[in-house]
Amino acid sequence: MGEFKVHRVRFFDYMPTAIRAMAFNAHTERLALGRMDGSVEIFNFADRYFQEKVIPGKDSRSIEALCWVGGRLFSAGLNGEITEYDLETLRPKYSLEAYGGPIWTITSNSQGAHLAIGCEDGTVKLFEVLEESIQFERNLDRQKGRIISLSWHPSGTQIAAGMMDMIRVFDVPTGRAVQRLLVDRGFGGSKSRETVVWSVVFLSDCTIISGDSAGKVQVWDGHTGTLVKTHLVTKWDVLALSVSKDESSVVVGTSEGTVIQFQFIAPTLQQQQDKEWVRTRTFKNHTHDVRALAEIETAIVSGGMDTQLVVRPLLEKFDERSHASALRKIQFPHRNLVFCAKKAGLLLFQFPGQLELWRLGESDGHGKPGDSLPLKRKPEKLLHLKRKGEDHICCSALSSCGGWLAYSTMSSVRLYRLQTDNNDISISKVPKLPKILRSAHQLCFSSDSSKLFAASSQSSVLVIALSQSECKYVHTLKPKSGSRQPIHLMTNSVDGKWLATANSDCEIHVYNVQKLKLHCIVPVYGSCPSAMGIHPTTNNLTMVHADQQIFEYSIVEKQYTDWSRKLQKQGLHNLWLDRDTPVTHVTFNPKNPEQILLHDMHMFCIIDQSLPLPDQKTQFYNQMTLRSLSEQERPSHLHAFKICKTFQVCFNGDVPGYLPCSTSSGPSRSQPFPPNHRGLGWTSQSSTGQHKHTSLITGAYLVVAALTPDRRRCSRYSSSACGAHTLSQSGSRAPRRPAPAASEVGVGSGHSSGAAWIGTADLDTHSP
Amino acid sequence: MAALYEGFTLCGLVQTQNASDSPIQGIELDGDSDHAVVTDSTRSVTLYKVSDQKPLGSWTVKQGQLLTCPAVFNFQTKEYVVVSDNKVIRVWKDEDLNLDKAFKATVTADVWRVHSAPGGEPVVLFQRGAVRFLDSLLSAPQQPVEDVLSEEEVIRWSTNIVAEEQHFVLFTTEQKGECCLYVQRLNPNTLQKYRLEREDSGASPLSFSASLQDKHLNLLYLYPNGCVYQSVVAARGYVGLEGVQALPRSLRLMVPVGEGELGAASAVALDEAHVAVVGVPHPSARTGKDFLCIWNTNFQTLQAGKEMAGRIHGQVWCYLGKLFVSHGKALSVIPYECQKSSLASALGKLRHTGLAGNAALPHGTSTGRISIKCNCSQRNVKLGVNCVQPQPHQTGPVDEVQREVEALVSRGDAQDLQLSVGQLACHLVARSQAETAFYTPVALAQLVQTQFLCHSVCPGLLLLSLEHKDYFLCQLCLQLFPDIPEVVTCACLKTFISNEVLQTPYSDNFLLPHLKDLDTQQVILFLQYLQFVYLKYSQDVYTQTPGLRSPTMTQIIDWVCLLLDAHFTVLVMAPDAKGLLSNLQSFVKSQVKLFSELGKIESSLQELHKMKLSKDISQYSIEVIELF
Repeated sequence: MGEFKVHRVRFFDYMPTAIRAMAFNAHTERLALGRMDGSVEIFNFADRYFQEKVIPGKDSRSIEALCWVGGRLFSAGLNGEITEYDLETLRPKYSLEAYGGPIWTITSNSQGAHLAIGCEDGTVKLFEVLEESIQFERNLDRQKGRIISLSWHPSGTQIAAGMMDMIRVFDVPTGRAVQRLLVDRGFGGSKSRETVVWSVVFLSDCTIISGDSAGKVQVWDGHTGTLVKTHLVTKWDVLALSVSKDESSVVVGTSEGTVIQFQFIAPTLQQQQDKEWVRTRTFKNHTHDVRALAEIETAIVSGGMDTQLVVRPLLEKFDERSHASALRKIQFPHRNLVFCAKKAGLLLFQFPGQLELWRLGESDGHGKPGDSLPLKRKPEKLLHLKRKGEDHICCSALSSCGGWLAYSTMSSVRLYRLQTDNNDISISKVPKLPKILRSAHQLCFSSDSSKLFAASSQSSVLVIALSQSECKYVHTLKPKSGSRQPIHLMTNSVDGKWLATANSDCEIHVYNVQKLKLHCIVPVYGSCPSAMGIHPTTNNLTMVHADQQIFEYSIVEKQYTDWSRKLQKQGLHNLWLDRDTPVTHVTFNPKNPEQILLHDMHMFCIIDQSLPLPDQKTQFYNQMTLRSLSEQERPSHLHAFKICKTFQVCFNGDVPGYLPCSTSSGPSRSQPFPPNHRGLGWTSQSSTGQHKHTSLITGAYLVVAALTPDRRRCSRYSSSACGAHTLSQSGSRAPRRPAPAASEVGVGSGHSSGAAWIGTADLDTHSP
Repeated sequence: MAALYEGFTLCGLVQTQNASDSPIQGIELDGDSDHAVVTDSTRSVTLYKVSDQKPLGSWTVKQGQLLTCPAVFNFQTKEYVVVSDNKVIRVWKDEDLNLDKAFKATVTADVWRVHSAPGGEPVVLFQRGAVRFLDSLLSAPQQPVEDVLSEEEVIRWSTNIVAEEQHFVLFTTEQKGECCLYVQRLNPNTLQKYRLEREDSGASPLSFSASLQDKHLNLLYLYPNGCVYQSVVAARGYVGLEGVQALPRSLRLMVPVGEGELGAASAVALDEAHVAVVGVPHPSARTGKDFLCIWNTNFQTLQAGKEMAGRIHGQVWCYLGKLFVSHGKALSVIPYECQKSSLASALGKLRHTGLAGNAALPHGTSTGRISIKCNCSQRNVKLGVNCVQPQPHQTGPVDEVQREVEALVSRGDAQDLQLSVGQLACHLVARSQAETAFYTPVALAQLVQTQFLCHSVCPGLLLLSLEHKDYFLCQLCLQLFPDIPEVVTCACLKTFISNEVLQTPYSDNFLLPHLKDLDTQQVILFLQYLQFVYLKYSQDVYTQTPGLRSPTMTQIIDWVCLLLDAHFTVLVMAPDAKGLLSNLQSFVKSQVKLFSELGKIESSLQELHKMKLSKDISQYSIEVIELF
């Protein structure tokens, strides 16, 4: 099919922050995840664990615990505030100072009427949940020593509180402490250290289960306040506990990175009546502390210092093998953090705290497949733009000409004018943005850089006209559906006529930008779109959903294309459907209108619409087979999906051809190191120690591979028609510095598992 | 090393009319490891709880009847078995009170012994050499019993050994001064007869002891002249051999007997290297032959000794780490411990077959004899060795002795030298001990430097040099002797502290009690010194070369640990140790921290090994790929 030049970029230094808390809402099947940087992510477990929403972090916010009340999400943290989030505008609705010092935990009763928080000053504070806010009701008896963990009895009349060296049980109506359960200290040297009860759960039969810093999981009788059983599970801390809905199983997370399951079962087959809590299984999917846990119907969800979210299915709950019964690790955001200005050959990296602008390198050599070309010019970091204010960057955009740069935080949007003059770059902030442009969920420039589209609240899009002299608000595009959900995807056509948006309600709207009105609504499909793109010549909209389905919709004809119908009729190959990361970018081959490029974290794929679709019996991953065949035999084995899972596969071959291009980027997982024993304190919870250590060894780094068009061939096309494509890829473990300590296990060496494709952007070619 | 611990009296003994008769017929075990079944020489059997020194039960036959064999415990049926009046076998249980009402069976021939051991059926050995399983005998008590032995042959001793599906009855007989060993294998039954080598004096062995080691039956026997011989019979094989075999023997030990021959003495093997001997004199004590001693047969060294008050009856039993000795009017129980000796550890091995002692030491081929003779010489007994010449070292002045030693050392004959160096050193030490004015440091140093000496050969040498504050000689000994006992090491420590002391081999258990003898000031000084040495070496770990005579870090730390173990409470109380201890603590803390950090680094660096090296480690490259 062809040769491609891949720009491998390993300087995208992105590292997700550690997971601190999580809460699962069984009713909506949404998991809320709190990270160390104060950001909150919402995963839809009903839709292939898709990362539906991201509430960006803020410097002053800290999340120690998360809690759902119905569909409302609350967090509390060491800054002493309780925050309720607006999941439609993706920002905190309000924050409330609790006046109890740092807050260690927040939990609601099963009725959803009250919230209880545990404070540093030793109080348990009750808040009443009102329609639009919460209101302080009263304190329970104040204790000496901080309240680390809380759990309501399902009846709502009692609360168990984990403290230092003890657990207290409170009677909620009177506010009195009715039980005091003393927790033993550790052995040996740790005898002198206070035991921190990191986590408690209160079951309906009044059993209390606790996990503490001495490595114990203890089962207590809450009626009598007596210890029933002690399980010593680790030398270090037991950090998190979670109980299943039917209270037959409890999982605990330790600072050794293990998750251990306890089940309430009879120890022998004969005596089915005498059940007790028995340690049953141990999972080791984390390299570091497991800080947050949730046991859901069919799986155990865990997260911690190693930043990845692990969904470990409980295999006894499945009858057959499927995508749901596979272990899933979610390491990277399900959206793009790398953008490419194709005409200018620039890359924009988005970090929570800053933006980086790089110029791609150049080579003028020609090589066989598998070669690394000699560099004529090295890549160059042009700009390091730090955000202003406390809020983290939530989105950014770079115009394809490289002349405009925009980013948005929760509180403001900033637009910059970039001028590159050979090796000099100048940046100037555009003053006086229209007042209506306060924040954006998504930003995107039109292909001719004359307009900026900003996704605003209630799925509306602001259209801003850009010119050298001024920057003017033009119009607000509003959906007819009246959806209040935020837009998470936005793409426009090369001819500047169409703009497509997708929101969390799975709605896709297509606007006519020239007429500034809604053109059509794509029939709503049940799974959230994870990527979409508009074809440069046919203006067909290609959408890929979280469940891996692919649709092609003709904007002009307002209907699905024949190819799309054919694809739906025949069905996608099972191997395609079973992939575990969503496609995060769709783009097109400018030289071959029948080729669509897409990628997820582990692979990129070229779909050739002129070739037959694979049926279930076809060998799906067939690149190796094709290579081994002769040129005469090859055509009979071709099918539409050409998947490059590893670079190693791509490196061999000898047929010269033309090519598009791509970039890729992403973080790597940190290397394991011995768990730090943590005391109670804020420094121990900061991630700095870990990252420092990590970077000492391998660092966090990222591989970005960019495919640039072959200039020899490109000269045949006019610059405007030649929209080459950029893929982003990430996650290979490449060294950040050439120190011998950091050896590379990257894409190039064939470790596809380490590779992750994060974002794609279109890259235009230079005109010759 | 071996040690005898403080013993206790299990029971008093009834004096028999005939003094030569032993008041105890036998001691046997029953199902409980803390029980002992003691059968006296007349009518009663008593069951004792040993640790409590308390009788749990006693059974007596009627007046006029006599027990003729020690009671044994049938481990399979949990019953006791005894024979009265040679022919009546009695079987009873723990709860039976009256022996007369117990089960009785009269057999047709005189019984010598009933033997029982855990894991095996009890067997009955008749006086004429026939062997029956107890069960089959009791099922038909009146069955005929054949004669195995000839008319005048009498059984002197017997035992049975049960091990891994093999069951042996061993007994020795005597006939006109000729001793024979019979090995009766049971299931299938075979009998093999061996003739023991005659001792020159014509005497018969005083005692026998048998054990199964390494698939061989080891028979150890003691003669009145103090020789302990060992004979080895293969546990398997030779079944088809007919007739009488000659049984080869090897000398394991020559116990110094002092004046006259041994009367009532007994030797029992404790393990492959140690023998307990009762009724022998202590080499360094002049009083009678009333000692219990443990000897190391590999190195011919006396490991422990204990004086037993009263007349020794020449009886010793060994069960489960305890020695049972009847002496005077009491039966004493003495716990003992045998360990691989420091000497053995130093040499890296223990000899298993009985021929050690001749070859185990690098210092000489016949050290065993030498050491014994040396001991004799110290006691001013007439020398049994041909000395090289009528020597000036007996009486001559220092310089003459010096000349003699030089002459001796300069002679090249290594074989001869080994013998004479040992003798000479012993003589010199003995003389120095006797005459305070006489001390020949140069000569002794020369002798030590020949490297033919070891501590066992000349036990007094090191202490003598300490006495005379001859630190050069001391150091030399510490350097060259591989077998210095812990007590002497400690004595050296007290006097001076050196790199050599730390390097001498030792075993913790034995060193610890002796270390306790150091006084506080010495301990503090020693600790300071160890800390200094450790600091010195920790600064230049890499420059430490194994060839140098410096202790390793581990050795130093081991000593610090031992010293603290021995003296911790004292040191905590001592005000002048406070600074040192807190210093040591902070130092150790910093080291622990350092090592835990190193541990972290190690595991991280280890990860690097697991990672594959890639050819491409640049941050950026443009590569060509191809898709089909």
